[in-house]
Amino acid sequence: MPTVTFVEHDGTPHTIDFVEGQSMMEAATNNAVPGIEGDCGGEAACGTCHIIITDDWISTTGTRSDRESQMIEMSPECQANSRLACQVVASKAMDGLKVRLPEFQM
Amino acid sequence: MKTKKNVLERAMVSVQTKVQATVPAERQVQAAHMAKKAQRLAGKGKPLVLTERPIPDAADVPLAELDVSNPFLFRQGKSRDYFKRLREEAPVHYMPDSPFGPFWSITRYEDIRAVDTNAEVFSAEPVIVMGDIPLEIAMFIAMDPPRHDTQRKAVQGVVAPKNLKEMESLIRERIVEVLDSLPTDRPFDWVDRVSIEITGRMLATLLDFPYEQRRKLTYWSDAISGTTEGTGGITHQDEFFKATAELAREFIALWHDKAARREQGETGFDLVTLMQSSDETKDMISRPLEFLGNLTLLIVGGNDTTRNSMSGGVLALHQNPDQFEKLKANPDLIPNMVSEIIRWQTPLAYMRRIATRDVHFGGQFIRKGDKIIMWYASGNRDEAQFDDPDAFRIDRANARHHMSFGFGVHRCMGNRLAEMQLRILWEELLARFDQIEVIGEPTYVQSNFVRGYGRMIVQLTPKSDG
Repeated sequence: MPTVTFVEHDGTPHTIDFVEGQSMMEAATNNAVPGIEGDCGGEAACGTCHIIITDDWISTTGTRSDRESQMIEMSPECQANSRLACQVVASKAMDGLKVRLPEFQM
Repeated sequence: MKTKKNVLERAMVSVQTKVQATVPAERQVQAAHMAKKAQRLAGKGKPLVLTERPIPDAADVPLAELDVSNPFLFRQGKSRDYFKRLREEAPVHYMPDSPFGPFWSITRYEDIRAVDTNAEVFSAEPVIVMGDIPLEIAMFIAMDPPRHDTQRKAVQGVVAPKNLKEMESLIRERIVEVLDSLPTDRPFDWVDRVSIEITGRMLATLLDFPYEQRRKLTYWSDAISGTTEGTGGITHQDEFFKATAELAREFIALWHDKAARREQGETGFDLVTLMQSSDETKDMISRPLEFLGNLTLLIVGGNDTTRNSMSGGVLALHQNPDQFEKLKANPDLIPNMVSEIIRWQTPLAYMRRIATRDVHFGGQFIRKGDKIIMWYASGNRDEAQFDDPDAFRIDRANARHHMSFGFGVHRCMGNRLAEMQLRILWEELLARFDQIEVIGEPTYVQSNFVRGYGRMIVQLTPKSDG
């Protein structure tokens, strides 16, 4: 199965399997990755699945939409490659993807 | 005629902007008060008077007359059935005539989330309660982006998780003090001794407000959020103005006091210190209505909400003793229970929006300028979202998906603080008490906005040491 690695703020990595077509938020919460909350259920409405994509992967995942920006840009930890995991739909091309988590979800 | 009015309005706005910058906030509040009084004397703007009458069952009222703006609905235990009927039969429902004017009710979870995340079509301006308020204080909860974003960013640090981490041990200390002073040999009022007390202490800490005067914060908050015209509450307009003027006076004094102490090298993590140390907000005092707005928002936002969740949790567990047993057997459920309490209680019943254009929504035609009420209290009991939604289940799998914090740009910025306070409260309660029994019926707040408790008599049984 393809895998994705979520790296916590303190450096702890969590490598999990994902299923194509699900969102990275679902993949994370189904595998109890700490630091991904997904309070709104995946509608880019709460900002609690904030992830930061590394530069070498951003072309694969794509950059954030205006809807995501509305939520993430209020976080003091927002960066250029910040996204909401619920809006990143997993595809085969993302096998081996590595993302960082902010220290806090808002 | 229309043009003349516009010219006048523009002139008013320009004068108001100038006045804001030069006249002290307290004077401005007084001036607005006098204007309202003059209106009343002239026979205009008569204060709204609401009298409690028995509310008929939801099934006995024609759908078109189902009025969920009634501030006695929650108190009389009718809110559950009224909203259930709306969700089933008219999820986007128009009430042409209420004491608060005509309004649309949105009652299904998904619809509410759709409205809440569409700030462009559904504006939060100028106020977020159902009716008019006597003075429109500039709060970012009632502003649209981009103005909202700038203002919110300036103050959200005070309740942001980073700051909270620093404060957790202090919060625990203060909660423990309150719990250790509670009587166990006789019943007492939980609302006064615990919910108000802890919330007041927390606000005083966050604002670095004189600790022994913390009940003033509770009084101002209740007076400001409880106007009859705004929420169907019991605050008379005169009381509102008195409270607002007092709040303005004392916090402007606090600002100057803090500025002087800062010059002496004092530091802190309270709101005023944060404002004074950020470039965006260090001149906030020269925009007094904005300063007042931000403070009022924090005080009101952190008061009714947490307070009533602290009382609601006790009531919910009292009504569901099996859940209390489950909790005692597995205290790790506390964080999830906190979400379930916030869902079950929904301390703020709704937020209001205004349509910025004509829009088709949920099979209805909503016109530009129409008032829309997003009923979180109903969305949190939506059968399509929550299994057996009226049940209180501390291990409910999707309790975190409750909408009590709202969704979208206005999502509650104090959410993590609220959760932390409730979590610590329950950790410390479980460590001390075996039973928390509610005696008799609590009394309920009169409001269509705040779902809260006036009094709740409780008897505690300490844990036996064996």
